[in-house]
Amino acid sequence: MELYGGYMNIDNKQKGELKANNLTCVRGEKTIFSKVNFTLSRGEALLVTGPNGIGKSSLLRVLSGFLKPSKGELSWRDGSVYQNIEEYRTLVHFVGHSDCIKSSLTVFEHLLFWSRLRGNSSSAYEALERTGLLNLAQTPGRFLSAGQKKRVSIARLISTYSPLWFLDEPTVTLDADSEKKLEELIIDHRSGGGIVVVATHSKFRLDQALNLDMGLKAIEEDESEKQKLKTYENKNKQDTWEEW
Amino acid sequence: MVMKGKNYLSGNNSASFVAIFKRDIRLALRNGIGSFIAVIFFVITVTLFPLAVGPELNLLTRVAPGVLWVCALLSTMLSLDSLFREDFEDGNLEQIVLGVLPLELVVLSKAFAHWVTTGLPLIICAPVLAVLLNMSGKGFIVLILSLLLGTPALSMIGTVGAALTVSLRRGGVLIALLVLPLSVPILIFGVGAVEGAIFGLGERSPLLILAGGFVASLVLAPIASAAALKMAVE
Repeated sequence: MELYGGYMNIDNKQKGELKANNLTCVRGEKTIFSKVNFTLSRGEALLVTGPNGIGKSSLLRVLSGFLKPSKGELSWRDGSVYQNIEEYRTLVHFVGHSDCIKSSLTVFEHLLFWSRLRGNSSSAYEALERTGLLNLAQTPGRFLSAGQKKRVSIARLISTYSPLWFLDEPTVTLDADSEKKLEELIIDHRSGGGIVVVATHSKFRLDQALNLDMGLKAIEEDESEKQKLKTYENKNKQDTWEEW
Repeated sequence: MVMKGKNYLSGNNSASFVAIFKRDIRLALRNGIGSFIAVIFFVITVTLFPLAVGPELNLLTRVAPGVLWVCALLSTMLSLDSLFREDFEDGNLEQIVLGVLPLELVVLSKAFAHWVTTGLPLIICAPVLAVLLNMSGKGFIVLILSLLLGTPALSMIGTVGAALTVSLRRGGVLIALLVLPLSVPILIFGVGAVEGAIFGLGERSPLLILAGGFVASLVLAPIASAAALKMAVE
Protein backbone atom coordinates (compact mmCIF):
# COMPACT_ATOMS: atom_id res chain seq x y z
CA MET A 1 0.00 0.00 0.00
CA GLU A 2 3.01 2.31 0.29
CA LEU A 3 2.85 3.35 -3.34
CA TYR A 4 -0.64 4.74 -3.36
CA GLY A 5 -1.27 5.07 0.35
CA GLY A 6 -1.12 8.83 0.29
CA TYR A 7 -4.08 9.09 -2.02
CA MET A 8 -6.52 10.50 0.49
CA ASN A 9 -4.08 13.12 1.72
CA ILE A 10 -3.60 14.94 -1.54
CA ASP A 11 -5.72 18.07 -1.50
CA ASN A 12 -4.58 19.98 -4.52
CA LYS A 13 -6.03 18.87 -7.78
CA GLN A 14 -3.50 16.81 -9.65
CA LYS A 15 -3.46 16.91 -13.39
CA GLY A 16 -3.69 13.61 -15.15
CA GLU A 17 -4.06 10.87 -12.61
CA LEU A 18 -5.03 8.10 -15.01
CA LYS A 19 -3.40 8.32 -18.40
CA ALA A 20 -3.92 6.06 -21.37
CA ASN A 21 -1.35 6.53 -24.06
CA ASN A 22 -1.83 4.85 -27.40
CA LEU A 23 -3.52 1.76 -25.93
CA THR A 24 -3.91 -1.06 -28.42
CA CYS A 25 -5.49 -4.40 -27.76
CA VAL A 26 -4.98 -7.41 -30.02
CA ARG A 27 -6.57 -10.74 -29.22
CA GLY A 28 -5.58 -13.65 -31.37
CA GLU A 29 -5.25 -12.10 -34.82
CA LYS A 30 -7.95 -9.51 -34.38
CA THR A 31 -7.29 -5.94 -33.35
CA ILE A 32 -10.01 -5.11 -30.85
CA PHE A 33 -9.16 -1.45 -30.55
CA SER A 34 -6.14 0.69 -31.26
CA LYS A 35 -4.62 4.01 -30.31
CA VAL A 36 -6.87 4.96 -27.43
CA ASN A 37 -5.66 8.10 -25.67
CA PHE A 38 -7.12 9.95 -22.72
CA THR A 39 -6.15 11.67 -19.52
CA LEU A 40 -8.38 11.74 -16.47
CA SER A 41 -7.79 13.91 -13.43
CA ARG A 42 -9.35 13.69 -9.99
CA GLY A 43 -13.11 13.92 -10.17
CA GLU A 44 -13.29 13.46 -13.90
CA ALA A 45 -15.33 10.91 -15.78
CA LEU A 46 -15.10 9.22 -19.14
CA LEU A 47 -18.05 7.97 -21.12
CA VAL A 48 -17.09 5.25 -23.59
CA THR A 49 -19.70 4.82 -26.29
CA GLY A 50 -20.06 2.88 -29.49
CA PRO A 51 -22.02 -0.02 -30.97
CA ASN A 52 -21.77 -3.64 -29.83
CA GLY A 53 -18.49 -5.44 -30.28
CA ILE A 54 -16.44 -2.33 -30.77
CA GLY A 55 -14.15 -3.06 -27.84
CA LYS A 56 -15.72 -1.15 -24.96
CA SER A 57 -15.59 -4.12 -22.61
CA SER A 58 -12.04 -4.99 -23.63
CA LEU A 59 -10.99 -1.41 -22.95
CA LEU A 60 -12.49 -1.61 -19.47
CA ARG A 61 -10.74 -4.92 -18.83
CA VAL A 62 -7.47 -3.32 -19.85
CA LEU A 63 -8.10 -0.36 -17.55
CA SER A 64 -8.94 -2.72 -14.67
CA GLY A 65 -5.67 -4.52 -15.12
CA PHE A 66 -7.07 -7.90 -16.14
CA LEU A 67 -5.78 -7.64 -19.67
CA LYS A 68 -2.44 -6.30 -20.74
CA PRO A 69 -2.54 -4.07 -23.82
CA SER A 70 -0.41 -5.29 -26.71
CA LYS A 71 0.87 -1.78 -27.25
CA GLY A 72 0.72 1.52 -25.43
CA GLU A 73 0.98 2.56 -21.82
CA LEU A 74 -1.45 2.95 -18.97
CA SER A 75 -0.21 5.04 -16.10
CA TRP A 76 -1.60 5.96 -12.71
CA ARG A 77 -0.06 8.96 -11.03
CA ASP A 78 3.52 9.06 -12.25
CA GLY A 79 4.28 5.40 -12.74
CA SER A 80 3.23 2.77 -15.20
CA VAL A 81 0.42 0.58 -13.93
CA TYR A 82 2.32 -2.53 -14.92
CA GLN A 83 5.16 -1.88 -12.51
CA ASN A 84 2.92 -3.02 -9.71
CA ILE A 85 -0.22 -4.34 -11.25
CA GLU A 86 -1.40 -6.14 -8.10
CA GLU A 87 -1.50 -2.95 -6.08
CA TYR A 88 -3.14 -1.04 -8.89
CA ARG A 89 -5.90 -3.66 -9.05
CA THR A 90 -6.77 -3.05 -5.41
CA LEU A 91 -7.67 0.54 -6.34
CA VAL A 92 -10.21 -0.60 -8.91
CA HIS A 93 -13.90 -1.26 -8.60
CA PHE A 94 -15.09 -3.17 -11.64
CA VAL A 95 -18.72 -3.87 -12.47
CA GLY A 96 -18.90 -6.10 -15.52
CA HIS A 97 -21.49 -8.19 -17.27
CA SER A 98 -21.37 -11.05 -14.78
CA ASP A 99 -23.40 -10.38 -11.67
CA CYS A 100 -21.06 -12.10 -9.15
CA ILE A 101 -24.04 -13.46 -7.22
CA LYS A 102 -23.97 -16.84 -5.49
CA SER A 103 -27.40 -18.41 -5.27
CA SER A 104 -27.03 -19.54 -1.67
CA LEU A 105 -25.46 -16.43 -0.10
CA THR A 106 -27.51 -13.50 1.11
CA VAL A 107 -27.05 -9.98 -0.20
CA PHE A 108 -25.44 -8.87 3.04
CA GLU A 109 -23.01 -11.80 2.99
CA HIS A 110 -21.98 -10.88 -0.54
CA LEU A 111 -21.15 -7.31 0.41
CA LEU A 112 -19.31 -8.41 3.52
CA PHE A 113 -17.25 -10.89 1.50
CA TRP A 114 -16.34 -8.32 -1.13
CA SER A 115 -15.16 -5.78 1.39
CA ARG A 116 -13.12 -8.42 3.23
CA LEU A 117 -11.44 -9.18 -0.09
CA ARG A 118 -10.22 -5.60 -0.04
CA GLY A 119 -9.15 -6.00 3.56
CA ASN A 120 -11.23 -2.97 4.42
CA SER A 121 -13.62 -2.52 7.21
CA SER A 122 -16.96 -2.71 5.54
CA SER A 123 -19.77 -0.23 5.43
CA ALA A 124 -22.05 -2.85 3.96
CA TYR A 125 -25.03 -1.64 5.95
CA GLU A 126 -24.63 1.91 4.70
CA ALA A 127 -24.12 0.68 1.14
CA LEU A 128 -27.39 -1.25 1.30
CA GLU A 129 -29.18 1.78 2.65
CA ARG A 130 -27.91 4.07 -0.06
CA THR A 131 -28.82 1.68 -2.87
CA GLY A 132 -32.24 0.93 -1.38
CA LEU A 133 -31.50 -2.75 -0.82
CA LEU A 134 -31.97 -2.82 2.92
CA ASN A 135 -35.14 -4.89 2.74
CA LEU A 136 -33.30 -7.48 0.63
CA ALA A 137 -30.31 -7.80 2.98
CA GLN A 138 -31.21 -11.30 4.14
CA THR A 139 -32.45 -12.56 0.77
CA PRO A 140 -30.43 -15.36 -0.83
CA GLY A 141 -29.06 -14.68 -4.31
CA ARG A 142 -31.34 -17.15 -6.05
CA PHE A 143 -34.43 -15.04 -5.29
CA LEU A 144 -33.03 -11.83 -6.81
CA SER A 145 -34.11 -10.50 -10.18
CA ALA A 146 -31.55 -9.44 -12.78
CA GLY A 147 -31.99 -5.79 -11.86
CA GLN A 148 -31.64 -6.49 -8.15
CA LYS A 149 -28.43 -8.44 -8.80
CA LYS A 150 -27.06 -5.45 -10.66
CA ARG A 151 -27.96 -3.20 -7.74
CA VAL A 152 -26.02 -5.46 -5.40
CA SER A 153 -23.00 -5.04 -7.69
CA ILE A 154 -23.51 -1.29 -7.51
CA ALA A 155 -23.73 -1.45 -3.71
CA ARG A 156 -20.28 -3.05 -3.84
CA LEU A 157 -18.93 0.22 -5.23
CA ILE A 158 -19.71 2.04 -2.01
CA SER A 159 -19.27 -0.78 0.50
CA THR A 160 -15.52 -0.16 0.31
CA TYR A 161 -13.71 2.84 -1.04
CA SER A 162 -11.71 2.60 -4.27
CA PRO A 163 -10.75 5.67 -6.30
CA LEU A 164 -11.28 4.07 -9.70
CA TRP A 165 -14.70 2.93 -10.86
CA PHE A 166 -14.96 1.07 -14.16
CA LEU A 167 -18.55 0.30 -15.04
CA ASP A 168 -19.43 -1.83 -18.03
CA GLU A 169 -23.04 -1.27 -19.16
CA PRO A 170 -24.20 -0.56 -15.60
CA THR A 171 -27.72 0.43 -16.59
CA VAL A 172 -28.74 -2.52 -18.76
CA THR A 173 -31.14 -4.13 -16.33
CA LEU A 174 -31.82 -1.15 -14.06
CA ASP A 175 -35.15 0.64 -13.74
CA ALA A 176 -35.35 4.43 -14.01
CA ASP A 177 -35.26 4.89 -10.25
CA SER A 178 -32.12 2.85 -9.71
CA GLU A 179 -30.49 4.51 -12.68
CA LYS A 180 -31.03 7.85 -11.02
CA LYS A 181 -29.54 6.53 -7.77
CA LEU A 182 -26.48 5.33 -9.68
CA GLU A 183 -26.08 8.78 -11.23
CA GLU A 184 -26.17 10.31 -7.74
CA LEU A 185 -23.59 7.83 -6.48
CA ILE A 186 -21.29 8.69 -9.37
CA ILE A 187 -21.65 12.41 -8.66
CA ASP A 188 -20.80 11.77 -5.00
CA HIS A 189 -17.79 9.68 -5.93
CA ARG A 190 -16.48 12.31 -8.32
CA SER A 191 -16.89 15.14 -5.86
CA GLY A 192 -14.74 13.09 -3.49
CA GLY A 193 -11.99 12.98 -6.09
CA GLY A 194 -12.76 9.62 -7.63
CA ILE A 195 -12.49 8.72 -11.29
CA VAL A 196 -15.31 7.01 -13.18
CA VAL A 197 -15.26 5.32 -16.57
CA VAL A 198 -18.61 4.13 -17.92
CA ALA A 199 -19.01 2.05 -21.06
CA THR A 200 -22.48 2.10 -22.56
CA HIS A 201 -24.34 1.80 -25.83
CA SER A 202 -27.44 3.43 -24.43
CA LYS A 203 -28.00 6.96 -23.25
CA PHE A 204 -26.52 7.54 -19.83
CA ARG A 205 -26.23 10.94 -18.23
CA LEU A 206 -22.80 11.78 -17.02
CA ASP A 207 -22.28 15.46 -16.31
CA GLN A 208 -19.16 17.12 -17.66
CA ALA A 209 -17.70 13.89 -18.83
CA LEU A 210 -15.15 13.33 -21.52
CA ASN A 211 -16.52 11.26 -24.33
CA LEU A 212 -14.69 8.52 -26.14
CA ASP A 213 -16.68 7.35 -29.14
CA MET A 214 -15.08 4.09 -30.20
CA GLY A 215 -17.50 3.81 -33.12
CA LEU A 216 -15.95 6.83 -34.86
CA LYS A 217 -12.50 5.38 -34.50
CA ALA A 218 -13.60 2.10 -35.95
CA ILE A 219 -14.92 3.68 -39.16
CA GLU A 220 -11.42 4.64 -40.28
CA GLU A 221 -10.19 1.15 -39.63
CA ASP A 222 -13.22 -0.26 -41.38
CA GLU A 223 -12.15 1.30 -44.64
CA SER A 224 -8.88 -0.58 -44.72
CA GLU A 225 -10.66 -3.75 -43.63
CA LYS A 226 -13.15 -3.33 -46.49
CA GLN A 227 -10.32 -2.91 -48.94
CA LYS A 228 -8.76 -6.11 -47.68
CA LEU A 229 -12.01 -8.03 -48.00
CA LYS A 230 -12.52 -6.72 -51.53
CA THR A 231 -9.17 -7.91 -52.76
CA TYR A 232 -9.80 -11.25 -51.10
CA GLU A 233 -13.17 -11.47 -52.80
CA ASN A 234 -11.71 -10.62 -56.19
CA LYS A 235 -9.09 -13.26 -55.77
CA ASN A 236 -11.67 -15.85 -54.82
CA LYS A 237 -13.80 -15.02 -57.86
CA GLN A 238 -11.16 -16.50 -60.04
CA ASP A 239 -11.13 -19.68 -58.00
CA THR A 240 -12.84 -22.39 -59.95
CA TRP A 241 -13.13 -26.10 -59.71
CA GLU A 242 -9.88 -26.45 -61.61
CA GLU A 243 -7.95 -25.48 -58.52
CA TRP A 244 -9.33 -28.40 -56.59
CA MET B 1 8.38 -13.79 -8.08
CA VAL B 2 5.59 -11.41 -7.15
CA MET B 3 6.93 -10.45 -3.73
CA LYS B 4 8.07 -6.91 -4.58
CA GLY B 5 8.37 -5.90 -0.99
CA LYS B 6 4.80 -6.78 -0.23
CA ASN B 7 3.89 -7.94 3.21
CA TYR B 8 2.35 -11.35 2.66
CA LEU B 9 1.19 -11.73 6.24
CA SER B 10 -0.37 -8.35 6.84
CA GLY B 11 -3.65 -8.10 8.71
CA ASN B 12 -5.58 -7.29 5.53
CA ASN B 13 -4.29 -10.40 3.86
CA SER B 14 -5.18 -12.74 6.68
CA ALA B 15 -8.66 -11.21 6.91
CA SER B 16 -9.36 -11.89 3.26
CA PHE B 17 -7.70 -15.33 3.46
CA VAL B 18 -10.15 -16.25 6.21
CA ALA B 19 -13.03 -14.62 4.32
CA ILE B 20 -12.46 -16.76 1.20
CA PHE B 21 -12.07 -19.91 3.31
CA LYS B 22 -15.21 -19.24 5.32
CA ARG B 23 -17.27 -18.38 2.28
CA ASP B 24 -16.25 -21.59 0.49
CA ILE B 25 -17.14 -23.68 3.53
CA ARG B 26 -20.45 -21.86 3.87
CA LEU B 27 -21.25 -22.42 0.18
CA ALA B 28 -20.40 -26.11 0.54
CA LEU B 29 -22.66 -26.51 3.57
CA ARG B 30 -25.55 -24.67 1.92
CA ASN B 31 -25.21 -26.68 -1.27
CA GLY B 32 -26.19 -29.65 0.87
CA ILE B 33 -25.58 -33.11 -0.52
CA GLY B 34 -23.96 -31.73 -3.68
CA SER B 35 -20.77 -30.82 -1.86
CA PHE B 36 -20.35 -34.21 -0.29
CA ILE B 37 -20.69 -36.23 -3.47
CA ALA B 38 -16.97 -37.03 -3.22
CA VAL B 39 -17.44 -38.83 0.10
CA ILE B 40 -20.51 -40.67 -1.10
CA PHE B 41 -18.61 -41.75 -4.20
CA PHE B 42 -15.77 -42.94 -1.98
CA VAL B 43 -18.07 -45.04 0.19
CA ILE B 44 -19.88 -46.58 -2.76
CA THR B 45 -16.81 -47.47 -4.83
CA VAL B 46 -15.06 -49.06 -1.85
CA THR B 47 -18.11 -51.17 -1.01
CA LEU B 48 -18.25 -52.36 -4.61
CA PHE B 49 -14.92 -54.16 -4.21
CA PRO B 50 -15.98 -56.89 -1.76
CA LEU B 51 -19.02 -57.46 -3.94
CA ALA B 52 -16.94 -57.81 -7.10
CA VAL B 53 -13.87 -59.60 -5.76
CA GLY B 54 -15.84 -61.97 -3.57
CA PRO B 55 -15.91 -62.58 0.15
CA GLU B 56 -12.51 -64.23 0.37
CA LEU B 57 -11.00 -62.54 3.43
CA ASN B 58 -7.32 -63.13 2.65
CA LEU B 59 -7.66 -61.51 -0.77
CA LEU B 60 -9.51 -58.51 0.67
CA THR B 61 -6.87 -58.04 3.35
CA ARG B 62 -4.23 -58.05 0.65
CA VAL B 63 -5.90 -55.39 -1.57
CA ALA B 64 -7.45 -53.21 1.17
CA PRO B 65 -4.79 -50.43 1.34
CA GLY B 66 -4.61 -50.11 -2.44
CA VAL B 67 -8.38 -50.03 -2.89
CA LEU B 68 -8.85 -47.40 -0.19
CA TRP B 69 -6.14 -45.17 -1.62
CA VAL B 70 -7.23 -45.44 -5.25
CA CYS B 71 -10.82 -44.65 -4.29
CA ALA B 72 -9.69 -41.69 -2.17
CA LEU B 73 -7.67 -40.38 -5.11
CA LEU B 74 -10.53 -40.72 -7.59
CA SER B 75 -13.11 -39.12 -5.34
CA THR B 76 -10.80 -36.16 -4.74
CA MET B 77 -10.52 -35.73 -8.52
CA LEU B 78 -14.30 -35.84 -8.81
CA SER B 79 -14.79 -32.76 -6.66
CA LEU B 80 -12.07 -30.60 -8.20
CA ASP B 81 -14.05 -29.51 -11.22
CA SER B 82 -16.04 -26.82 -9.45
CA LEU B 83 -13.13 -25.48 -7.38
CA PHE B 84 -12.57 -22.34 -9.46
CA ARG B 85 -15.17 -22.75 -12.19
CA GLU B 86 -18.16 -21.39 -10.28
CA ASP B 87 -16.26 -18.29 -9.23
CA PHE B 88 -15.00 -17.87 -12.78
CA GLU B 89 -18.43 -18.13 -14.33
CA ASP B 90 -20.28 -15.77 -11.99
CA GLY B 91 -17.51 -13.16 -12.01
CA ASN B 92 -16.37 -13.53 -8.42
CA LEU B 93 -12.92 -14.63 -9.58
CA GLU B 94 -12.45 -11.17 -11.08
CA GLN B 95 -13.42 -9.60 -7.76
CA ILE B 96 -10.97 -11.90 -5.97
CA VAL B 97 -8.22 -10.87 -8.40
CA LEU B 98 -9.00 -7.22 -7.61
CA GLY B 99 -8.65 -7.95 -3.90
CA VAL B 100 -5.60 -7.44 -1.74
CA LEU B 101 -4.77 -11.12 -1.32
CA PRO B 102 -2.08 -12.42 -3.73
CA LEU B 103 -3.50 -15.13 -5.97
CA GLU B 104 -1.09 -17.72 -4.58
CA LEU B 105 -2.69 -17.32 -1.17
CA VAL B 106 -6.17 -17.32 -2.69
CA VAL B 107 -5.36 -20.74 -4.15
CA LEU B 108 -4.10 -21.91 -0.78
CA SER B 109 -7.24 -20.71 0.95
CA LYS B 110 -9.56 -22.37 -1.55
CA ALA B 111 -7.54 -25.59 -1.51
CA PHE B 112 -7.77 -25.67 2.28
CA ALA B 113 -11.54 -25.24 2.10
CA HIS B 114 -11.68 -27.98 -0.53
CA TRP B 115 -9.73 -30.31 1.72
CA VAL B 116 -11.97 -29.62 4.70
CA THR B 117 -15.08 -30.45 2.68
CA THR B 118 -13.71 -33.50 0.83
CA GLY B 119 -10.44 -34.79 2.30
CA LEU B 120 -11.47 -34.61 5.93
CA PRO B 121 -14.77 -36.54 5.51
CA LEU B 122 -12.83 -39.17 3.52
CA ILE B 123 -10.43 -39.64 6.41
CA ILE B 124 -13.32 -40.04 8.83
CA CYS B 125 -14.97 -42.69 6.62
CA ALA B 126 -11.78 -44.56 5.76
CA PRO B 127 -11.37 -46.63 8.99
CA VAL B 128 -14.97 -47.86 8.80
CA LEU B 129 -14.48 -48.93 5.21
CA ALA B 130 -11.18 -50.56 6.16
CA VAL B 131 -13.10 -52.85 8.48
CA LEU B 132 -15.36 -53.73 5.57
CA LEU B 133 -12.29 -54.76 3.57
CA ASN B 134 -10.94 -56.79 6.49
CA MET B 135 -7.81 -54.68 6.70
CA SER B 136 -5.35 -55.81 9.33
CA GLY B 137 -5.61 -53.90 12.61
CA LYS B 138 -1.95 -52.93 12.46
CA GLY B 139 -2.60 -50.62 9.52
CA PHE B 140 -5.37 -48.39 10.89
CA ILE B 141 -3.33 -45.63 12.48
CA VAL B 142 -0.93 -45.48 9.53
CA LEU B 143 -3.87 -45.39 7.12
CA ILE B 144 -5.23 -42.31 8.86
CA LEU B 145 -1.78 -40.73 9.05
CA SER B 146 -1.05 -41.38 5.39
CA LEU B 147 -4.42 -39.95 4.35
CA LEU B 148 -3.85 -36.91 6.59
CA LEU B 149 -0.64 -36.20 4.70
CA GLY B 150 -1.79 -37.40 1.30
CA THR B 151 -5.24 -35.91 0.77
CA PRO B 152 -4.15 -32.27 1.30
CA ALA B 153 -1.35 -32.92 -1.19
CA LEU B 154 -3.94 -34.25 -3.64
CA SER B 155 -6.09 -31.14 -3.12
CA MET B 156 -3.06 -28.92 -3.76
CA ILE B 157 -1.99 -30.79 -6.91
CA GLY B 158 -5.61 -30.74 -8.03
CA THR B 159 -5.77 -26.94 -7.91
CA VAL B 160 -3.32 -26.83 -10.82
CA GLY B 161 -5.61 -28.94 -13.00
CA ALA B 162 -8.69 -27.01 -11.89
CA ALA B 163 -7.02 -23.65 -12.60
CA LEU B 164 -5.80 -24.71 -16.04
CA THR B 165 -9.24 -25.93 -17.13
CA VAL B 166 -11.26 -23.16 -15.49
CA SER B 167 -12.35 -21.53 -18.74
CA LEU B 168 -13.37 -24.79 -20.41
CA ARG B 169 -17.00 -25.79 -20.26
CA ARG B 170 -16.31 -29.45 -19.65
CA GLY B 171 -12.99 -29.71 -17.93
CA GLY B 172 -13.77 -32.65 -15.67
CA VAL B 173 -12.08 -35.41 -17.64
CA LEU B 174 -9.23 -33.15 -18.64
CA ILE B 175 -8.51 -32.40 -14.98
CA ALA B 176 -8.20 -36.11 -14.30
CA LEU B 177 -5.81 -36.50 -17.26
CA LEU B 178 -3.68 -33.61 -16.04
CA VAL B 179 -3.67 -34.40 -12.37
CA LEU B 180 -3.68 -38.19 -12.07
CA PRO B 181 -0.11 -38.65 -13.41
CA LEU B 182 1.11 -36.00 -10.97
CA SER B 183 -0.53 -37.70 -8.03
CA VAL B 184 0.97 -41.14 -8.70
CA PRO B 185 3.85 -40.60 -6.22
CA ILE B 186 1.36 -39.71 -3.48
CA LEU B 187 -0.57 -42.90 -4.25
CA ILE B 188 2.53 -45.11 -4.26
CA PHE B 189 3.88 -43.89 -0.95
CA GLY B 190 0.44 -43.69 0.66
CA VAL B 191 -0.22 -47.35 -0.11
CA GLY B 192 3.42 -48.15 0.68
CA ALA B 193 3.10 -46.74 4.19
CA VAL B 194 -0.05 -48.71 5.02
CA GLU B 195 1.32 -51.96 3.58
CA GLY B 196 4.61 -51.35 5.35
CA ALA B 197 2.77 -51.21 8.66
CA ILE B 198 0.65 -54.30 7.93
CA PHE B 199 3.37 -56.55 6.50
CA GLY B 200 6.10 -55.38 8.83
CA LEU B 201 8.28 -53.61 6.28
CA GLY B 202 8.24 -50.37 8.26
CA GLU B 203 6.03 -47.35 7.61
CA ARG B 204 8.42 -44.60 8.61
CA SER B 205 10.17 -43.84 5.34
CA PRO B 206 7.08 -43.86 3.06
CA LEU B 207 5.37 -41.54 5.55
CA LEU B 208 8.34 -39.18 5.53
CA ILE B 209 8.38 -39.12 1.73
CA LEU B 210 4.64 -38.48 1.79
CA ALA B 211 5.21 -35.56 4.15
CA GLY B 212 7.86 -34.24 1.75
CA GLY B 213 5.39 -34.49 -1.13
CA PHE B 214 2.80 -32.62 0.92
CA VAL B 215 5.18 -29.76 1.70
CA ALA B 216 6.39 -29.56 -1.91
CA SER B 217 2.85 -29.40 -3.27
CA LEU B 218 1.96 -26.79 -0.65
CA VAL B 219 4.66 -24.51 -2.02
CA LEU B 220 4.70 -25.28 -5.74
CA ALA B 221 1.03 -25.84 -6.59
CA PRO B 222 -0.17 -22.32 -5.61
CA ILE B 223 2.45 -20.72 -7.85
CA ALA B 224 1.40 -22.80 -10.86
CA SER B 225 -2.32 -22.37 -10.18
CA ALA B 226 -2.03 -18.61 -9.70
CA ALA B 227 -0.26 -18.30 -13.04
CA ALA B 228 -3.04 -20.29 -14.71
CA LEU B 229 -5.77 -18.19 -13.06
CA LYS B 230 -4.11 -14.97 -14.20
CA MET B 231 -4.41 -16.20 -17.78
CA ALA B 232 -8.01 -17.16 -17.21
CA VAL B 233 -9.20 -13.67 -16.17
CA GLU B 234 -7.60 -11.95 -19.17
